[in-house]
Amino acid sequence: MMFKLGALIMHPASKYVLLALAVLFPALASNEYQVYVMATAFIWAIAVYGFNVITGYCGQLNLAHGGFFAIGAYAVALLTADYGWNFWPAFIAALVITAVLGFLVGAVSLRLKEHYFAIFTLCVGFIIYLLLDKWEELTHGAIGVRGIAAPDGFGLVNFRETIPVYYLILFFLVFIIWFTSRIQKSLLGRTFIAIRNGDDLAESLGINLMKNKILAFVISTTYAGLAGALYAGMIRFVGPEDGNILHTFNMITYLLVGGIGTLFGPLIGTLGIVWITQSLQFLEEYRMIIFGPLLVILVIFFPLGVSGSFLTWMHRKAQALGLGPKKVQQESKVNTAREVENNA
Amino acid sequence: MLKVEHLTKMFGGLAAVNDVSVEFGANQINAIIGPNGAGKSTFFNLISGVHQPTSGRILLDGTDVTTMRCDHVARLGVGRTFQTTNLFETATVLDNLIVGHRLRTHSGLWDVLINSKRLQAEEKAAREKAREALDFVGLTHAENRYIADCTQEERKRVAFALALATDPKIVLLDEPAAGVNPEETEGLAELMKKMVKNGLTVCLIEHKMDMIMGIADKIMVLDHGEKIAEGTPEEVKNNPVVIEAYLGSDHDAAA
Repeated sequence: MMFKLGALIMHPASKYVLLALAVLFPALASNEYQVYVMATAFIWAIAVYGFNVITGYCGQLNLAHGGFFAIGAYAVALLTADYGWNFWPAFIAALVITAVLGFLVGAVSLRLKEHYFAIFTLCVGFIIYLLLDKWEELTHGAIGVRGIAAPDGFGLVNFRETIPVYYLILFFLVFIIWFTSRIQKSLLGRTFIAIRNGDDLAESLGINLMKNKILAFVISTTYAGLAGALYAGMIRFVGPEDGNILHTFNMITYLLVGGIGTLFGPLIGTLGIVWITQSLQFLEEYRMIIFGPLLVILVIFFPLGVSGSFLTWMHRKAQALGLGPKKVQQESKVNTAREVENNA
Repeated sequence: MLKVEHLTKMFGGLAAVNDVSVEFGANQINAIIGPNGAGKSTFFNLISGVHQPTSGRILLDGTDVTTMRCDHVARLGVGRTFQTTNLFETATVLDNLIVGHRLRTHSGLWDVLINSKRLQAEEKAAREKAREALDFVGLTHAENRYIADCTQEERKRVAFALALATDPKIVLLDEPAAGVNPEETEGLAELMKKMVKNGLTVCLIEHKMDMIMGIADKIMVLDHGEKIAEGTPEEVKNNPVVIEAYLGSDHDAAA
């Protein structure tokens, strides 16, 4: 019974159902605030997808990820508010800036391994925060940036309103999920995963560690920059707190809960936690009393997260029933068990 | 095939490998034995490019690979396995093997974005190579099993297959039979013979003397980083220096 339900979730059509639900969400929501919360969650989900590329697939715990989100947001904010650019050129510039900075930071920090890399990037993240807070000539310091341009609309579409901007963000989220699935399925994704399994083994397989790690790093920071740029365009105010290291740790939580290294983990984790947080709003600070133990239990008993645990369970069940592999093989020539999760 | 000249590796003041010269012939099983800490794994790391030697030369089919990076050496045809192989536990055996052929492919991020013909062809080739390697090590039936559900011996075979998927000319096997039972050891020995029969050169580090003496064409003995003997199993077995330095009082049991 459970297995049949699981198979239904993994059916190729499920992703279209999911997409249809996302498209219909503004109509189903009881008020505009819910649409707004959902759009914000989508933005974070995009950033978490980036985090998943470098940390989930490539295995490098990048604690500066939130910093790159802030850089993307500030790039759009400063270029539109201070230099009078339109949103879209600033948006492209934000992507380029985060990619270039990602390359530079990656080229230095990826010389370090494991914990040392994590500690180094934690420092980078904090330095980014300090720069945003203290470099007043450039960033306006603690008061933040106001007067950010909204994304330019077309025809009757005005991205100053919540619902159009929701669809804009949804569009980018779908693109990011699609692109990530491409990476994950491809030899490139397999290369990243080989590096996660171990530097020594990957290297012995002829994989250029530095080149591939930097590539994964740049992809991840560009995702973060994209999310940040959309954030600036939607909220239209940014402050140094957007670069707070806390956001990085929130993203780690989203990823761990959803399922690290899986395609739908970032989405499940981010949406799940954002909505749980919303519904526990009335508890204010005390909601951590519920959250803390919940996370501990999850990490102990479901280290693969929601998505990872589900996929593993489904795979084993299918193997036990002796129907999984053959069916999977027939479905597509370029199929893998992991790929099945595209359909989740 | 593989020629090593006066190879030395210093870690601080310690000579992990000290002035070792040896030649391993093509299409043979070459074994490296020695007590723990003799520098066997370091020797492998030097050949495969993980460590840079302090002095000496390494020639692979006449090509100087002494200062080459690990991934270059791999591309030239040196495959290897490790004492422990960390694989992707919750992915299938086949999925773990596909990346083995990555070094023979060229697709980059752009190919991924546009899903180019080249990428598709290369992925197909990598998948076929993985299946071929899996067939070679006799694990085709476990293709769709998660690594986490594999036995120790199956993991060893997967590690072999992964090295084979890189299309190597020579494979360096670091304690391939550690932690498997005697019958399975026998099976792995057969597999190594099969590799040689298929044109590969095998180098292995191993502590299981029964197995080594049975399959090796040539044995090199290291002790404290120095080569103290080399020759056929028969020669090494009867070499008094080896008995003294390595086999010691366990000589009878080991032989």
